Amino acid sequence: MTPLWQQSAVSLARAVRNGELRAAEVATAFLARIAALDGTLHAFLGVDAERVLAEASALDQRADRSTLGPFAGVPIAWKDNLVRCGERATAGSRMLENFVAPYTATTLARLEQAGATLLGRTNLDEFGMGSTTENSAFGPTHNPWGESLVPGGSSGGSAAAVAADLCSLAVGSDTGGSIRQPAALCGIAGLKPTYGRTSRYGLIAYASSLDCVGACARYVEDLALWLDVCGGNDPNDATSRSDTPAGDAPTLAALQQRRDLRTLRIGMPWQLNGPGLEDEVAASMQSAVEVLRGLGAQVHECSLPAVSYAVPTYYLLAMAEASSNLARYDGVRYGLQRPGGGRIEAMIAASRSAGFGAEVKLRVLLGTFALSHGYQDQYYGQALRARELLRAEFAQAFEQFDLLLCPTSPAPAFPLGSHRDDPLAMYLCDALTVPASLAGLPALSQPCGATADGRPIGMQWMAPAQRDDLVLQAAHAFERHTSHHLRRARP
Amino acid sequence: MIDYTTVIGLEVHVQLATASKLFSPAPVASLGEPNTRVQLIDLGLPGVLPRPNAAAMVLAVRAALALDGAVQEVSRFARKNYFYPDLPKGYQISQFEEPFCRGGTVPIGAGRTCRLHRIHLEEDAGKLTHTDLGTLVDLNRAGVPLVEIVSEPDLRDPADAHTFLVQLREILRFAGVSDCDMELGSMRCDANISLMPKGAQQYGTKVEIKNLNSMKMVQRALEYEVRRQTAVLAAGGTIAAETRGWNDTKGETRPLRSKENAPDYRYFQDPDLPPLVLTDEFVARVRAELPELPEARRARYRQTFGLPDYDIGVLTQDRALGDWFEAVTAAGIEAKTAANWVMTGVLQTMRERALPLEALRITPQRLASLLRLVDAGTLTHGAAQQVFAWMLEHDGEPSQGVRELGLERLTDPLVLQPLVLQAIEALPKAVADVRAGIEKPFDALKGHVMRATRGRADPAIVDALLRAAIGTVGP
Repeated sequence: MTPLWQQSAVSLARAVRNGELRAAEVATAFLARIAALDGTLHAFLGVDAERVLAEASALDQRADRSTLGPFAGVPIAWKDNLVRCGERATAGSRMLENFVAPYTATTLARLEQAGATLLGRTNLDEFGMGSTTENSAFGPTHNPWGESLVPGGSSGGSAAAVAADLCSLAVGSDTGGSIRQPAALCGIAGLKPTYGRTSRYGLIAYASSLDCVGACARYVEDLALWLDVCGGNDPNDATSRSDTPAGDAPTLAALQQRRDLRTLRIGMPWQLNGPGLEDEVAASMQSAVEVLRGLGAQVHECSLPAVSYAVPTYYLLAMAEASSNLARYDGVRYGLQRPGGGRIEAMIAASRSAGFGAEVKLRVLLGTFALSHGYQDQYYGQALRARELLRAEFAQAFEQFDLLLCPTSPAPAFPLGSHRDDPLAMYLCDALTVPASLAGLPALSQPCGATADGRPIGMQWMAPAQRDDLVLQAAHAFERHTSHHLRRARP
Repeated sequence: MIDYTTVIGLEVHVQLATASKLFSPAPVASLGEPNTRVQLIDLGLPGVLPRPNAAAMVLAVRAALALDGAVQEVSRFARKNYFYPDLPKGYQISQFEEPFCRGGTVPIGAGRTCRLHRIHLEEDAGKLTHTDLGTLVDLNRAGVPLVEIVSEPDLRDPADAHTFLVQLREILRFAGVSDCDMELGSMRCDANISLMPKGAQQYGTKVEIKNLNSMKMVQRALEYEVRRQTAVLAAGGTIAAETRGWNDTKGETRPLRSKENAPDYRYFQDPDLPPLVLTDEFVARVRAELPELPEARRARYRQTFGLPDYDIGVLTQDRALGDWFEAVTAAGIEAKTAANWVMTGVLQTMRERALPLEALRITPQRLASLLRLVDAGTLTHGAAQQVFAWMLEHDGEPSQGVRELGLERLTDPLVLQPLVLQAIEALPKAVADVRAGIEKPFDALKGHVMRATRGRADPAIVDALLRAAIGTVGP
């Protein structure tokens, strides 16, 4: 029999609801794996084993198991920039090292409601700012495929935890690729939903117009179920969409119906499918396309000229918004506070200087500059215009294609520390993921191959807004006919 | 010496009378222990998001319509970024490039108006209290909804600025937008003032005045500033572009900060909030529910009730008072009678007891019942005043007051005749004078009888009985 830590979330939940498995039994198995493996990975920042077991046991006490939710007993981890009442929420920052949240993020509340066992908080780049998880104030996470490799970021802890089977699914956030890129580097699937499909309430903001709560998992169907459970309008988030289909797991149901990719038109923007890719990445894409054609898909090249501006556009907008979003960390009401010799400005400056890491300071400073008087139109304003241009080009492309496809990352996982002194090279790692973020589109990364030395390679699907079902269906069809997702780093 | 023209523009913050805050369900209340009117959103905790309050949008649109402004179908919220301990998020949510209302007017007397530049929505900040122990932060006020009303520089005289504020307050109170109390801070005003040579086209250098906590202070500060700037210019000096604070005790303004040191607020659209869309249907609905405004009411009182201007002025100074008066007339009381009782009885009691209208026990319906008793001849005017006083203290109908006070009018000659005879006996000189043709002492005799009946006697019958007894015929 398959060990339970290798099962999909959908089948684990079924077994718990049927009474074949107890939630406490599942929790215990995963806690044991965390204890055994996370010492070297450092995917988690905090696991309250007592609370986990108490909550799982409480679920098991429920008299009528058929009333249990769709995620009954499924162990789920969450990125430590989502708040849960009574737990720390550090955002990977010294600033919030001791901050205990007095409320629960909508996504986590919906998972609790669905019966999930919330396992623990995963590591991340400070406030989501980074692509390697090396910017965590609490030390980097290591890639399960090689301890000297980065797991990607900023949701590196979530991706590594799933890739090492320390949880069935992990919630993350994706601002410019923060779920998709680590999913690719760790060899699992990662979903960034349509902007506004999942609530941002309780997500510690990095860049509000780009931040999306998403998830990574080994199995695509688990992501579909996750979206059905966590998606949908939230009155606590004014930017959450009100046109998300409701009903009993509609996305999962649609997923299970589609068996092939016939009639689907897939476009491959050449700007995202050639320049700057490592050879092995390009080769993996090539063979993935053959598989897709074999499944009946029509795959054609297309063009998105504005993506050449995507990286600077993304960083200008993200840093500008971040400079304002992070202003609340002033040491006055909560978080780290350093004395200022009786002067309020000095106290705020000292607290922020001590609380924020180097990358956060860099982005806050650049963002402040991009918004400042006399420069705002030239930088922030120009970025807003470039974003509109990109949106329009995507809209045009989707008149011809149902889905767009490209690699998730131009390169597979690289060694820790290798990009440390070159922020620009680091920012270019995001070139393939930021376009969908800027346009607010659903995008999904799934494994499509590996390098000769075994490092996973991921590819990325993109669809029109609110067509999250399409990226999931395409990925699911590909998954059925390939076995990349079943390769395990820590069997 | 050169003659100068004064150019004044005002920026007025008005607190909207909503139950909860602009972007949070926390209650709005001026009272309460510090930090008790505060929820997660108001604390600027990590991960919280603003949740727009629809009631505030209704009041904001009402203000725009009452002031004849053009409500914009699409407007945006922007962040004004600065660090201050009373600002939990490190930015204030306001509107910058795209306010929800452009234009508008405020009457400033004698048929003149001052144009408005714009009206925008924003949230208030918290309050700091500096103590020996350190600075205390109270966030009860943080997030309270405000509209900022920005005038064009149309005002030419500090007295006009005062009139502008009086009129603005009256209109917004009538519209139910705000109580506009400058002392309590639900209305706040900054003034911009510059001087230019008479006939010039180009405005002079502008000075902004802050710390103006009453309408009087606004006028006094502007008057001071006219004198100060005139003196500077007359001496060949130049006016510094700066913000000055009014010191009411010393009666002068002092520099607070120069415009060159003005902070860069880095306004940009708030990505947490979608554009504010105020559809034509929504605006039409608010317009349909807009209460009658003071000018319209004054015209109606003139036409419908034919009241003198003085009465109209008194009755329309407050919407609730006018409504009260109208309720009395609606119960069938003649307008002038109702007006007299509201102005002397009701308004006077409110002033003497410093009570708001709704705290009075007496209702318009009960006052009307009382006045109907007078009309029917059951009560004398004097007795009615006693019942009125009784109704201020008791929760009862006037008929009950009449009974308890024993105030039914005395019209029975058999009851009154002995009292008439007592009066004649008590005041022989008056009787003699009346008999001699001097009319004045007759009132003393009549007053004697009225006093003996505590005002209950019917004056006409007393009159007749007295004259019969004295043996004279009236004047």
